[in-house]
Amino acid sequence: MDAAPQAATAGVLALSTGEWALVVALLAAVCAYAAAAVHLRRGGTAAPWPRRRTALWTCGWLCAGAALAGPLADRAHHDFAWHMAGHVLLGMLAPLLLVLAAPVTLMLRTLPVRWARPLGRVLASAPMGVLTHPVTAAVLDIGGLWVLYRTGLYAAMQADALLHAAVHAHVLAAGYLFAFAVLGGPDPAPHRCAPALRAAVLVAALAGHNVLAKTLYTAPPEGVSSAQAHTGSQLMYYAGAPVEIALIALLCASWPALGAGRTPLVRAAGR
Amino acid sequence: MARTRVPTGERRAGHGRNLTAGVLLGLGTVAFIDEAVFHQLLHWHHFYDRASTEVGLVSDGLFHAFSWFATVAALFMAAGLHRERALWPAAFAAGWLTGAGFFQLYDGIVQHKLLRLHQIRYDVEILPYDVVWNVIAAVLLVAGIALWAATRRRAARTSDASAAT
Repeated sequence: MDAAPQAATAGVLALSTGEWALVVALLAAVCAYAAAAVHLRRGGTAAPWPRRRTALWTCGWLCAGAALAGPLADRAHHDFAWHMAGHVLLGMLAPLLLVLAAPVTLMLRTLPVRWARPLGRVLASAPMGVLTHPVTAAVLDIGGLWVLYRTGLYAAMQADALLHAAVHAHVLAAGYLFAFAVLGGPDPAPHRCAPALRAAVLVAALAGHNVLAKTLYTAPPEGVSSAQAHTGSQLMYYAGAPVEIALIALLCASWPALGAGRTPLVRAAGR
Repeated sequence: MARTRVPTGERRAGHGRNLTAGVLLGLGTVAFIDEAVFHQLLHWHHFYDRASTEVGLVSDGLFHAFSWFATVAALFMAAGLHRERALWPAAFAAGWLTGAGFFQLYDGIVQHKLLRLHQIRYDVEILPYDVVWNVIAAVLLVAGIALWAATRRRAARTSDASAAT
């Protein structure tokens, strides 16, 4: 128990084997994306891939990486407040940046047609319609958080490395799914819902997230001290707010009924 | 100034959009003042109120999530109206006053007094606070409704006039 915080202060390079594997995987994701973007730029036929999206993709994985490996991840093991800082990075900010990078569009444009076509068919299929429905995504994302903090899962996760990894993978994946379902893009969204429904689900999900943050203040998960719960729950509430407002702004920017036209934000959302 | 640029025939439709944007921003403003002034500056309200019931927490959570949404949506609507040169400050202000007044009155009467979710301040004689709170709310609401009626009359007059020509 005592060795871990010391290892964290020793420097960023004090990573475990699992963390090194993770860093390599994240680097591979960034390199693959950058290679595909360069390929499109050199190809000449299609429109060049915007550099802004490569930057969004890189920043997204940097946020996820900071939450999963290194000093922040180390402290998050012992301190609920740091865990919540990681939650905001991994479950809220990283997914939004990754969605805005439109990785599926890049794949569809770079892959050979014989692979791109089946991928397109999968995206248009009925099960994908159910999975990418805003309600499904909100239940997986916010419901998952309620299960994590309101059952023994949080305590169990701290004791089991595999469970720990699985929970983090779910938080990132569900966050991505939620941001995509609510924004309805910039990747192709054949099952996109009406903006009013997406807005209603977004408001309900934000309420669910913030009510959970407030209840964590007085009723912390198993094994979390009340001082840590106080800092952690306020961090979840206040640090999450800018990401929530960004989601609202991006949704409104693509909503024609609000009179949103060709504003810079719409271009940022890729549409 | 801006309203002289509004094509008169579109005034009636523009009236509704200006009002809606104003009402949404009014709600957002009240919620923002609650968070910035009463929570962060005065510390009269707390992150977690021990007096809160579960219903209170959920109602507060929904209110705050919707108020952020309303603020952002209102700003986008105002930007859209401005771009179309259809921003009508008097109608927008009518909506703002009505929205702010209505939600402050709802907060002051229903949430504070009927549901007793939380109070304006604790460990003090609460009556003066309640009176000031609700009087301000009522003044905003009445001013908003009056301006609403006035701008609606003007919208109807100008669109009738343009229909006649």
